[in-house]
Amino acid sequence: MPYNHKEELSKPERFVGGHRLCAGCGAGIVARAMTRALDEGDKAVICNATGCVEVSTFTYPYTSWEDSYIHSAFENAAATCGGVEAAFNVLKRKGKMDGANYKFLVLGGDGGTYDIGFQSLSGAMERGHDMTYFCYDNEAYMNTGIQRSGSTPRFANATTTPVGSASTGKKQNKKDLTAIMVAHGIPYAAQTTFIGNFKDLHEKAHRAIYTPGPAFVNVMAPCPRGWQYSAEMLPEICRLAVETCVWPLYEVIEGRWYLNYMPKKKLPVEEFLKTQGRFRHMFKPGNEWTIEEAQKYVDTKWEDLLEKCGRDSLTAIR
Amino acid sequence: MSRRDRLSGNEAVAYAMKQIDPDVFAAFPITPSTEIPQYFAQYVANGQVNTEYVTVESEHSSMSTCIGAEAAGARAVTATSSAGLAYMYEMLYVAATSRLPITLACVNRTLTGPININNDHSDAMGARDSGWIQIYAENNQEAYDNYLQAMRIAETPDVRLPIMICQDGFITSHAVENILLEDDAAVKAFVGEYRPEAALIGRESPLAVGPYDTCPYCMEHKVMEAEAMKNAKRAILDVAADFERTFGRKYGFFEEYRMEDAEVALVLIGSTAGTAKACVEDLRAKGIKAGLIKLRVFRPFPMEEIARALAHVKACAVMDKCEGNSACGGPLFAEVRSACYDLPDRPKLINVVYGLAGRDCPVTDIERVYRHLMRILETGETGPLYIHMGQRTAEEEVL
Repeated sequence: MPYNHKEELSKPERFVGGHRLCAGCGAGIVARAMTRALDEGDKAVICNATGCVEVSTFTYPYTSWEDSYIHSAFENAAATCGGVEAAFNVLKRKGKMDGANYKFLVLGGDGGTYDIGFQSLSGAMERGHDMTYFCYDNEAYMNTGIQRSGSTPRFANATTTPVGSASTGKKQNKKDLTAIMVAHGIPYAAQTTFIGNFKDLHEKAHRAIYTPGPAFVNVMAPCPRGWQYSAEMLPEICRLAVETCVWPLYEVIEGRWYLNYMPKKKLPVEEFLKTQGRFRHMFKPGNEWTIEEAQKYVDTKWEDLLEKCGRDSLTAIR
Repeated sequence: MSRRDRLSGNEAVAYAMKQIDPDVFAAFPITPSTEIPQYFAQYVANGQVNTEYVTVESEHSSMSTCIGAEAAGARAVTATSSAGLAYMYEMLYVAATSRLPITLACVNRTLTGPININNDHSDAMGARDSGWIQIYAENNQEAYDNYLQAMRIAETPDVRLPIMICQDGFITSHAVENILLEDDAAVKAFVGEYRPEAALIGRESPLAVGPYDTCPYCMEHKVMEAEAMKNAKRAILDVAADFERTFGRKYGFFEEYRMEDAEVALVLIGSTAGTAKACVEDLRAKGIKAGLIKLRVFRPFPMEEIARALAHVKACAVMDKCEGNSACGGPLFAEVRSACYDLPDRPKLINVVYGLAGRDCPVTDIERVYRHLMRILETGETGPLYIHMGQRTAEEEVL
């Protein structure tokens, strides 16, 4: 069925307001979108890693989640979810379930996914639990105050990679986690963010959730505090991430790579960088090389992606 | 009908697990507990159990898997030792504060640093304040029997705490003994079905587990957990009474061996009790009024009961198979000494740390401890309170 924005937004919300996430935060949009992608009537268990979403959406005695929800720690959301899924399998086998269709969703930030939760995620994907892992990737440890993570891009100003007279921010490039998840041989992996009317995000979330076996969806989810932008800039930053190919939209189904969006004219990386305070120092005289390096990295990754997808594979599966 | 069989401690626990047929088993190997998931894997492979057997990539994930499964309304179990338990440490607290009655078979092994695979109690003692019930075994029969009682205790509605069933690595886990095994049907009937009040799945209403708990609420939740541990004392005795009625073997917080008129006594945990009992018999034959308290339940700690049992004793050595690194003794010593504080006429108490990292503790060593207590009675001088026993060089020994 083709995506109908109005219809999707008129469905009952499963992630409701009253939570304490910041204005202009991407993480809450991921939470809302992934639960909206559940078919009506299906039940779900949300397993959440420690982070902004956890502390802002389930502050005792209040919860924003209409579905069952469990948080146990920072580094183990996938393993916790594996336990829930295992329980479902055995209780169903023993005739102790209610007959409902259950979906198991994990939600973690990049800290809980790329870094401290990586082992648990890798193990759960390898074991093949029927779960969908959503990473809200805001490219640093935001909940503790903007420390660098394995996902923080090179040159970003973070509180553990501060800019100074001897530093231009983070020294390393961002870990390519989506590709690492693909290398696990899981049936579905995708990269998306908030563009247009959320069609890309919604369709990928739905496809991931309803693919049997493990699935991984990496969602670029900007953070106004860490990236230093004003709330209304969120959609524009996401659009520019895609148009500059900093964050290409693609999905990998059963090992086959599909590019979902080809910019008509690939914009220079500065267009993305200049929207955010975390990259401000890159535009200072003498730091021109940082922008050149950033552009080179984006170009290399983009060419690599086109190679994987096949130059003329944009038709994808739409 | 019971039947007699030859089983190692690990196999006895795995066999109990098979009879109970738990919903989820999260498995990760570590010496000396590895055999438990191995035996169980064969039960799964043979179709003898209906369990979801999840072969996780670490102990942190095995405890996390148990937490997810138990919160979903399943009966979840795991087994580990030493560094494995230490790696779970964070999640042990989460399991307890989330009030999830998970069952962990802990095959006690020393904590690494340097690496050593042999027995002492430093792993479980490191988790003594984590909110887990801890029950220890002297021999294979007790390891089996304690495991059969574990879930009923942990799942008691006003307890709902996770439980650790401990036995001594290699000494009981790998030694084969003749033990009594109960009927599958009798075991199933005794353990019963798990029917939690709430669960993540299979219910009309959803459940939320693991909140961010703010200052106005969090302390109350911690106190509720502390109250649950107090309630566990009653549950442990209730289940033990039913176990005795059903299977005929008697259990309590601790076993008192020749304590009725004892003047000198030891308090210790685990397999060393067998050695100590032999020594008590030797000494009794020589007219020495020696006694022994073998502690079975360390958490909750049976404070009043231990004090009563020691009230008439003149000198007592608390034997810690664990170094406390407190500069003043091991964890069992701290508890027992504190328990005796309110006695009007306290025994003289010393601490003997022994058997670290698998150091052997023969009958002759136990006898040295009793002889030392006799000297304390003769001289009236307690002497050093905190003693290490069993080192290679005799000059380093106080006893």
